[in-house]
Amino acid sequence: MVKPALSDEILLKIEKPARYIGNEVNSVVKDKEQVDIRFAMCFPDVYEIGMSHLGIQIIYDLLNRFEDTWCERVYSPWTDLDQIMRKEKIPLFALESQEPIREFDFLGITLQYEMCYTNVLQILDLSGIPFYAVDRTEADPIVIGGGPCSYNPEPIADFFDIFYIGEGETMYRKLLDTYKENKRNGGSREDFLYQAAKLPGMYVPRFYEVTYKEDGTIASFLPVKEDIPETIVKELVTDLSETSYPEKPVVPFIKVTQDRVVLEIQRGCIRGCRFCQAGQIYRPVRERNAEVLKKYALTLLKNTGHEEISLSSLSSSDYSQLEELIFFLIEECARKKINISLPSLRIDSFSLDIMSKVQDVKKSSLTFAPEAGSQRLRNVINKGLTEEVILKGAALAFEGGWSRVKLYFMLGLPTETEEDIRGIAELSNKIAAVFYETVPKEKRNGKVQIVTSTSFFIPKPFTPFQWSPMNTKEELIEKAYLTKKAVTEQLNQKSIKYNWHEADVSILEGVFARGDRKTAKVILKAYEKGCLFDSWSEYFHNDLWMEAFQECGVSIDFYTTRTRSADEIFPWDFLDCGVTKEFLKREWVKAQKEEVSPNCKMQCQGCGANRFKSGICMEKGQEQKDETQD
Amino acid sequence: MKLRIKFTKSGVMKFIGHLDVMRYFQKAMRRAEIDISYTTGFSPHQIMSFAAPLGVGLESNGEYFDIEADSVTNGNDMKDRLNAVMVDGMHIESIRLLPENAGNAMASVAAAKYTILFDSSFSCPFDLENAVNIFMAQESISVTKQTKRNVKEMDLKPYIYEMTVKDGVIFLLVNASSSGNIKPGLVMETLFKENGQTLPESALKITRQDTYTNTGTEDAPVFIPLEDIGYEF
Repeated sequence: MVKPALSDEILLKIEKPARYIGNEVNSVVKDKEQVDIRFAMCFPDVYEIGMSHLGIQIIYDLLNRFEDTWCERVYSPWTDLDQIMRKEKIPLFALESQEPIREFDFLGITLQYEMCYTNVLQILDLSGIPFYAVDRTEADPIVIGGGPCSYNPEPIADFFDIFYIGEGETMYRKLLDTYKENKRNGGSREDFLYQAAKLPGMYVPRFYEVTYKEDGTIASFLPVKEDIPETIVKELVTDLSETSYPEKPVVPFIKVTQDRVVLEIQRGCIRGCRFCQAGQIYRPVRERNAEVLKKYALTLLKNTGHEEISLSSLSSSDYSQLEELIFFLIEECARKKINISLPSLRIDSFSLDIMSKVQDVKKSSLTFAPEAGSQRLRNVINKGLTEEVILKGAALAFEGGWSRVKLYFMLGLPTETEEDIRGIAELSNKIAAVFYETVPKEKRNGKVQIVTSTSFFIPKPFTPFQWSPMNTKEELIEKAYLTKKAVTEQLNQKSIKYNWHEADVSILEGVFARGDRKTAKVILKAYEKGCLFDSWSEYFHNDLWMEAFQECGVSIDFYTTRTRSADEIFPWDFLDCGVTKEFLKREWVKAQKEEVSPNCKMQCQGCGANRFKSGICMEKGQEQKDETQD
Repeated sequence: MKLRIKFTKSGVMKFIGHLDVMRYFQKAMRRAEIDISYTTGFSPHQIMSFAAPLGVGLESNGEYFDIEADSVTNGNDMKDRLNAVMVDGMHIESIRLLPENAGNAMASVAAAKYTILFDSSFSCPFDLENAVNIFMAQESISVTKQTKRNVKEMDLKPYIYEMTVKDGVIFLLVNASSSGNIKPGLVMETLFKENGQTLPESALKITRQDTYTNTGTEDAPVFIPLEDIGYEF
């Protein structure tokens, strides 16, 4: 057994010591003398969150399949241990070997949300790795970032040696071989990074120089060496059924957020909602074959012993073999006494039938995500869901015995008016009314419960709304207030519960989502002031962040509320996620004209992702539309 | 069929709390494909009952839980299958078939035996053997026990069945029943207090050696290990 990096005294003092001891079922321990590469994979949040992430499990499995590589895991030490490690100068360690991260060859950090950026700095700080990539020496690991936030890596570009753009399955072997080769040849860190920068999907920030115009926008963004590509195309798996999938995921001792077998059924989304980044950057939609998934389901249940299984994808209802897969799972799981946790499905007679089979109707709730309160605004955002469909689905569900409904909306969407906002309350009210119309009094089991939640819209890179100004904090709060007021004016207001998000965090997310390299110093300043675990409301200190912006002389409005011209060079424009800027621009124009676009299954919109020649783009009947066509 | 499973818990596993150990074994049953029985109803769960919860920070050579199984192979095969899916620090010692009338693991627990060592960085500031002898020679040992609601005075003495010292190791046999469970740490704290000392946190290395049931009477107890209620199959 590996000796823990922390003493018994510390482990007995802190909350949930199991976060730090490793030794979990299926964790991989190798002989460090027998491997060439030590890789630490990090999710910069607490263990329970990080362990629930499928992407890390995929990379962990992939890297450990390489005989010459040992991949270990590391998560953010919670605030209690963070204090102790600083005081006692204990270096951050990886779970499997319990050895210091600084001794590793690579430190990979997945970037799932903007509000983890101070946690990234904590990881570097506790590891004893210099914050700025250019300050690192041969003794430091290569720090490599990936995940959705790497589609605009610029706010944290200074802190990373490399960003891996796109899906992890494809380029790691090549990258590691390049690393080994360079080492064999006695090459330096800089030599390796230079070679890495020439590999597909690899962005090495130090080799790109940004110049700015007087108004603060980007004038140019160019490589400093001529054999380094100007544009970096994302990496992508062409055939999901052929790629490796973790068959023995690590099983944590403590309860984590996602404590179940996760089957990734597809990547990408056909829908093209205009606010959604995931819907664009993971194009084209690629399905994993149901037969392959059935096999994985059985293997994974056996290898983990989990008592629950769930499906993972965007818009799961669009998966073409959903029925077949779910019926298989229902049968297998009933026999094995395994619970099925359903993804959110389009509400229709099929999904209601499935739901009644796998969950307790009285306890479960229906979920609709209309995202906007009026049809007009739903057209703007290209959310295909109509009021008629929602009300029909609700009626069907109420007849089936459901009486709880969750509704998700966004406030602050482009072109939004007071009428759209009132529409949120009105739609909630109409759903409640459908309940009273559908369910006769004697069959009612109490009131209908409608939970209406709003989040604030944040414009994201690589979406048609990347040009859109974001609302100010005051506007957002005003809109939440208006929604609340409108809810109380409804006939069925007693059946409607309204929740809304804090505006402060949304504003910061807005800054870093579309931020440039100039925002890096704000993140470091905020961290130095004590900001950490910003996505945890109890640890979020908006006042410290505001101080940091002020002291660094960085304007929040420049990144959030400013109107961007059609020809502005965005900080992320040097990345190519598959969809073209022209396509996004077309969609932005259509949005303002309240025009909807059909989804990928109905008609190709010529987004540009067909050049990957995979998934839905290769299906018969998909007429490839020329990109220049409108 | 009712089965009694004995396992050991050592190394870093001592930091895994009781509820997580239960979850760990539920998953282990599935990995080892043990044909465990489930309750009926909308969310069936495994029929599994643990003997005496072990505090975080303690190791054990004698932990127990009972399960009900729909079918069994033989004790050794099932033990091997479970051991094949264990992590370092968890090991199945035995699986025995229980007579139908056997009480469940938790209700059966009467006592537990512990060995207590001092951490190498700590030396006991008084003559341990002598102190333990004096400690145990008392008519009563009064302690204040902090419960959730209030502080109450109690006599420890009737709950300590045995306390001896050999080569610097303390052997302690105490009540571990659900109504009268005594934590070894409390006994040590009291010993130190009576010697005018305070016990530093984590100075002790405590190992539960076994868990016992009482086949005698309350006044004349006969403690036998829980596994001895079952028989090999």
